[in-house]
Amino acid sequence: MNMIEVQNLTKKFGETTAVDAISFSVAEGEVFGLLGPNGAGKTTTIRMLCCLISKTSGEAQIAGYQVGSGADSLAIRILIGLVPDNIGLYEELSAYENLDYYGKLYECPEDIRKESIEHYLTMMELWEKRDQPISDFSKGMKQKVAIARALIHDPKLLVFDEPTANLDPESARVVKDIIMQLKSEGKTIFLNTHNLSEAQRICDRIGILKTKLLTVNTPEQMEKTVWGSKTVIQVEQVTDQILAAVSEQSPRDMSVDENKIILSLTDPQKENPDFVQAIVAAGGRVQYVTQLNPGLEETYLKVIEETK
Amino acid sequence: MRLSKAWIVASKEFKTFSKRKTILYSAFYFEGIVAIGLPFLIRYVSQKTATAAALPILLSAFSFLFVIGASLLPVSIASYSLVGEKVQKSLEPLLATPTTDEEILAGKSIAAFLPAIAINLIGAVIFSSLVDLFTHKTLNYFFFPNWDLVIIVLLLGPLACLLAVGYNVLISSRVNDVRVAQQLGSLILLPFVGIYVLSETRVLELTTSNLLIMAAILAAVDAVVFFLAKATFQRDEILTKWK
Repeated sequence: MNMIEVQNLTKKFGETTAVDAISFSVAEGEVFGLLGPNGAGKTTTIRMLCCLISKTSGEAQIAGYQVGSGADSLAIRILIGLVPDNIGLYEELSAYENLDYYGKLYECPEDIRKESIEHYLTMMELWEKRDQPISDFSKGMKQKVAIARALIHDPKLLVFDEPTANLDPESARVVKDIIMQLKSEGKTIFLNTHNLSEAQRICDRIGILKTKLLTVNTPEQMEKTVWGSKTVIQVEQVTDQILAAVSEQSPRDMSVDENKIILSLTDPQKENPDFVQAIVAAGGRVQYVTQLNPGLEETYLKVIEETK
Repeated sequence: MRLSKAWIVASKEFKTFSKRKTILYSAFYFEGIVAIGLPFLIRYVSQKTATAAALPILLSAFSFLFVIGASLLPVSIASYSLVGEKVQKSLEPLLATPTTDEEILAGKSIAAFLPAIAINLIGAVIFSSLVDLFTHKTLNYFFFPNWDLVIIVLLLGPLACLLAVGYNVLISSRVNDVRVAQQLGSLILLPFVGIYVLSETRVLELTTSNLLIMAAILAAVDAVVFFLAKATFQRDEILTKWK
């Protein structure tokens, strides 16, 4: 069973459409990343899935429970652990007191609650500081407590909204490592992020959202779909004879960038040797043959650019 | 609505107040002046000028200050409890828990209501005891307790307190600063101060029947304000419209 099922989910604020008929699913144990520019509707999507705001139309289910149904809302909220983009801890209270409060709200029995608090604060290396007020904590430490708060009731689905935004690289790394650890424990994770390297490293699949869901795929497959298979052949010097020889091999597309010949091919593994052979026969000296790998950032920008 | 959930929210608020005592200090000032300062003033006045005939009217009017106190005491608590959540941006994770809007609102209301009513009650006991001590010689009887004080402390006071809590919920949806919320919240005092002034100037007599009529009107206003507060404290509104 899928943990998240979304069909034509839409949210309008007055005349403005924030999320426009998006459809996707997230399997149990999967890490799904939602990428998109500011104002694309990522946080609105999360808020709808967490039953924080109502949907305008469409359907969404979390573990079979219907989002938007009053009766199912409480059950859905028990299943989810949310780490919002604003940490939102109580500054006067200690880390322990913050977690204890949320443990009670999530209806954890006292013994399990105490055990969980100790487990997660130890995991976050904050057990020694458990009685210090949150106001004494650094931003990275606060984010760790916020993650512990989301885990306190052992949720089936973890939802992160920009978990590393505004963190220094070291703290961001720690948070990413924690998410990776949760992934290895088989948790289903839904991640909103601007950070493309983070998405590439953590997510099994990603979706690019800009009010509409533009594409959903694995990062590698998305690159292939967007860019196709491209081979770069770097030669000592590009000559007319070499270009003529390459053209004779009928690539799908060909372009030249200084001494690089960039080819669009249907089956690179089969075709690459023929192209190299043709270039050498035309007097060319091949320096490198590589596959064009534009990366998720370029892919993301291209997808977003195509919507303009 | 599960009261146990509301109590969890209220308990957390009590813990916060215990750590941020300044929230409660402002509540104590007014009550301290009325409960302790005023009886000493009455003692001074009764020794110098007041006659046995004038004193009861004065004391009845002063009793009404406990309605003003009951509406003032929850202002700082409710402002911090609601706007404080906005400032700390802790409403979203709180709303993400399996707790209903009503339970959160009830918890916040309990947290503002109970300390205010307790402080007001203690203040009234101190006030009436000291007044009896200081005026017995002049009056030749104990003025307190009487039914008017009972109505003021146990009926009008709680109703005024509820009104202040509901009014603060409405204000909290529009402001982002605890002090601004407190200042605007204090405006709830004005009608009660008006009644007090009218009673001191003998335009309105604070008889038992008048106090009961006021209680009935206040109960009706409370119902309207709480209906509005409940409509304002909806997660959709909080996350998308609260500024």
